[in-house]
Amino acid sequence: MNQKNRSAGFRLRLGHYGDVVHDRWLRTPGWQRWPLYAVLIVGALLLPSESVGAFMSPYTDWASILFFPIGAYVVLAIGLNVVVGQAGLLDLGFVAFYAVGGYAMALIGTRLGWNFWLILVAGIGLCALSGITLGAPTLRLRGDYLAIVTLGFGEIIRITARNTDAIGGPNGIRGIPHPPSLPDIELFGVKIFKYGVLDPRPYYYLLVALAVIVIILVKRWEKSRVGRAWAAIREDEDAAEVMGVPTFRFKMLAFAIGASIGGAMGVLWASKVISINPNDFQFLLSATILAAVVMGGAGNLPGVMLGAFVVAWLPERFRGLQEYRMLIFGAVLVALMTFRPEGLLPSRQRKAELKEGTGGMGSLGAEVPGPETHGEEVASK
Amino acid sequence: MALTLGLAACGNDGGTKPADGGSSAAASGTVKIGFMGDLTGSNAGIVIPPRNGAKLAIDEYNKTNPPVKIELVPYDSQGDASKAVALAQQAIKSDKIVGLVGPAFSGESAQVAPVLEEAEIPSVTASATNTNLAANGWKFWHRILPNDSVQGPGIADFIAGAAAAKTVFVIDDKSEYGKPLADAVRTQLGTKAVKVTNDSLDPAESDFSSVVNKVAASKPDAIFFGGYYAAGGNLLKQLRDKGVKDAKFFSGDGSLDKGLIDGAGAANAEGALVGCPCYIATPDVADAKVKTFADSYKAAYNTDPAIYAAEGYDAATVFVEAVKAGNTTTDKINEFLKTVDLGGVSKHVKFGANGEVEAKDIYIYQVKGGAITLLGKAAEAKLG
Amino acid sequence: MFNDFINQFWPATIDGLAFGSIYALIALGYTMVYGVLRLINFAHSEVFMIGTFGAMFVPFVFGITSPLTGIALVGMILGMILAGVLASAGTAVTLERIAYRPLRNRGASRLAALISAIGASIFLQELFALLVIPRVFDRPNQGRIQMGLPRLMEREELFSIFGHSVRVDQVLVIVAAVGMMIALDMLVNRTKIGRGIRATAQNPEAAVLMGVDINKIVRMTFLIGGGMAGVAGALYLISYENTNYYIGFLFGIKAFTAAVLGGIGNLRGALLGGVALGLVENYGAIFSGSDWKHVISFTILVLVLMFRPTGILGESLQQARA
Repeated sequence: MNQKNRSAGFRLRLGHYGDVVHDRWLRTPGWQRWPLYAVLIVGALLLPSESVGAFMSPYTDWASILFFPIGAYVVLAIGLNVVVGQAGLLDLGFVAFYAVGGYAMALIGTRLGWNFWLILVAGIGLCALSGITLGAPTLRLRGDYLAIVTLGFGEIIRITARNTDAIGGPNGIRGIPHPPSLPDIELFGVKIFKYGVLDPRPYYYLLVALAVIVIILVKRWEKSRVGRAWAAIREDEDAAEVMGVPTFRFKMLAFAIGASIGGAMGVLWASKVISINPNDFQFLLSATILAAVVMGGAGNLPGVMLGAFVVAWLPERFRGLQEYRMLIFGAVLVALMTFRPEGLLPSRQRKAELKEGTGGMGSLGAEVPGPETHGEEVASK
Repeated sequence: MALTLGLAACGNDGGTKPADGGSSAAASGTVKIGFMGDLTGSNAGIVIPPRNGAKLAIDEYNKTNPPVKIELVPYDSQGDASKAVALAQQAIKSDKIVGLVGPAFSGESAQVAPVLEEAEIPSVTASATNTNLAANGWKFWHRILPNDSVQGPGIADFIAGAAAAKTVFVIDDKSEYGKPLADAVRTQLGTKAVKVTNDSLDPAESDFSSVVNKVAASKPDAIFFGGYYAAGGNLLKQLRDKGVKDAKFFSGDGSLDKGLIDGAGAANAEGALVGCPCYIATPDVADAKVKTFADSYKAAYNTDPAIYAAEGYDAATVFVEAVKAGNTTTDKINEFLKTVDLGGVSKHVKFGANGEVEAKDIYIYQVKGGAITLLGKAAEAKLG
Repeated sequence: MFNDFINQFWPATIDGLAFGSIYALIALGYTMVYGVLRLINFAHSEVFMIGTFGAMFVPFVFGITSPLTGIALVGMILGMILAGVLASAGTAVTLERIAYRPLRNRGASRLAALISAIGASIFLQELFALLVIPRVFDRPNQGRIQMGLPRLMEREELFSIFGHSVRVDQVLVIVAAVGMMIALDMLVNRTKIGRGIRATAQNPEAAVLMGVDINKIVRMTFLIGGGMAGVAGALYLISYENTNYYIGFLFGIKAFTAAVLGGIGNLRGALLGGVALGLVENYGAIFSGSDWKHVISFTILVLVLMFRPTGILGESLQQARA
């Protein structure tokens, strides 16, 4: 008991220091924050260096896994976070939009021969459209019904791609073009705009650029009227509706934005990998990204990115454990959720909600009192 | 002229880090050959035998105490293309392999081969049979067995010829392997006035009753299944249980595994026919070279050589021969592969300009008494 | 096309009923846990998987390789069902203890519980692939390869409908599933424990006030739901004679679909949803090819939910009368 208290006390203190730093950060004027952002971006760009890789991934090529799975998971998690963390809609089929983006790149690139940048725009549009198409009939469903429908949608997309010979069937599509190269530009010995097959770093830089743009956009939405509407929907949809928030429209918007981000990542990924096939878009990927979002701290962008990084990196780092790595990964997920149900880096609001015992997340929150809840407490609620 | 040469040499040294001794490897006496494929995933059953075969060839060579030894580095891609690419990059940059046996499957090959091509590293796959792979103009890619557009028609000819089937029900598993193979069979049967009915199944399922009901309703002379043995065995069992007893069951190389018999049950599997561009050393084989291989394989792994084991052995042997002939750099080995001409265990090995092996024999195997036995070359075999 | 349908109607119906019964038994586990905890027990698919291996263990221990008859066969089937139930129910209760209860204690969100369940699911699959199948079933290095059951029961024709034979194993599955369903219905509606479950489902807070021991009720819910999955596992194994470490995945998704289709939280809905799904899949496959089966079932689900947003029979365990 004593031991437990001590560790709890330690965690509380740690949390306190975290809060102090956080408070100071919130008080920092905007212009002072920019240097830190710049440092972070430069840090991200320097990541693929071999000295980092030797520690981070002794078993596979570090720059490669930095693009996929790590970078890709981070961007996908940011996208899913808009849907799950901000609007509170449980989406188990996020991989569908990633697939639509990937197939858009592959099909338009090989059949029509468009330029990568054009396809990127088209792919984002297509994914937003498919988000709306899925959302229109299903977003009136609540919570868990939405979960199974989105899961079904993800599977439908994959199986349809597999069964349709016109888009390659199970063979998928081969010979996907790369983004146009500028092979003459060289910085520190890296041809940063040469999109070949051997060096993954140019793609990684492109991914960092995409991630930065996405983060800026998502942050701006979060702080606008849209973000407040999402928060209202997440916490209590009925109340939000009564207060005059057009919930259906904002839910659609969340779906479309999440889908676009997933689609953009799909386009970028497909432009690197040369060939795609339907098996690249399994349900497990949806589940993994969702795990990343929740594990990192749904709703909090740095947390979500950290979660995605951990989920993508751990199995690669521990390749040395060979076949046991997925076993351990599963156990780590359970343990993390047990010890930090709010996620690694929860948003402040979530932390407060958890303290109050509602678990947060509105309709996704806890509804059953724990065994230690006593009658009076329940009654006082 | 001299200046350019010098620069090129420097560039090379810069690329291969001195610590790894890339350039001094030949002198110090070890080169690395990779083996890539699904070693722990769900289809590992058809990748372990070629890995064992390749390892056997390398071990045998190293035992002769040669001046340059070969180390076989395994890369477990689990059949996942994106993992395979990351591993290939690791193999190129850190491990500095000079050749690769694999990748085992067609899907991963499609993504790994361009990477190897750009890095100019020769590869020989012992099991990826997708036809399109050869159509990319790759110069460093080789395949040591005939592709699906040889296998499919070969089996189809046998179905329409020796088995004299007039109506055939063709089923595929919608996989990257099974679908094209089944399509090749369909096309060839179509040219022979055979009536073909089609369906597909999802190999992740275990209940194929809707397929079985269709087969039962159409009462075909023969059934062809394009897919792997796990689904094949279940399908065969459910067919026989549903009373589809007379139709002959055919399948391709992905079903050439004892798992087919285990899945279907020995009684149900009896008489099933499997075509394969591979040559399995069955116990009754006479050829001395094949017999030696089968014996030493059995001695090393305590099991009989299974699917693609001989191909894996031959693929590794090609690299062994290259190193024996004093070629320790990637481009020299690739030059050697272009001209190689040797009698392997599975076939006579000689590559065409597109990397395909020139021998095009398809073999037909039959399940007899709960074991897979060789019936003969598809063009010559007779049903007893 | 229409001719095909006529020709294959009866076999498709029988297969659909048999397979749908297995879906229904698994769906019960989802629906009961959902009714009480409002939680998708994502690891329930692995509870089913472990049930098949529990059932597999009995003939494995006795070293049976050839078909049985008479008393021996009946004993074997009962033994396999019992072993399946023990394995599954034990897994479900342990799962609740390790992966869910600590989260409830901390007042974690249901989303956290979902992730914990996904983690547990991966863990259990890998545990079987790496340790249980190679060690317990003595199949070294074959953990990821399908494991077959030797034939225990001859595939005899019991009777035939319009010239299409109905096999004894198919009848066994359907009869056993219906029997379990009736037993469960009585348990929930006629016993004290059942009343506790219904009370908790209706209003957990009031149930606590009324002196219901929530932990016990939750444990019972997992125990019963797990047991049903164990029966499903044993029946599946006897009928289809194969299993693997990954088998739960597809069954889990389908059974969950069935539960939602019927109205999640509703016991009779689970039965109806399971059977309906089994039939729809098999009928649909006649027209479209077997590879579109999943697309058909998910499309049906979306259509049903559009018109009846809480499933065919509607939600709620407490209203599952009789």
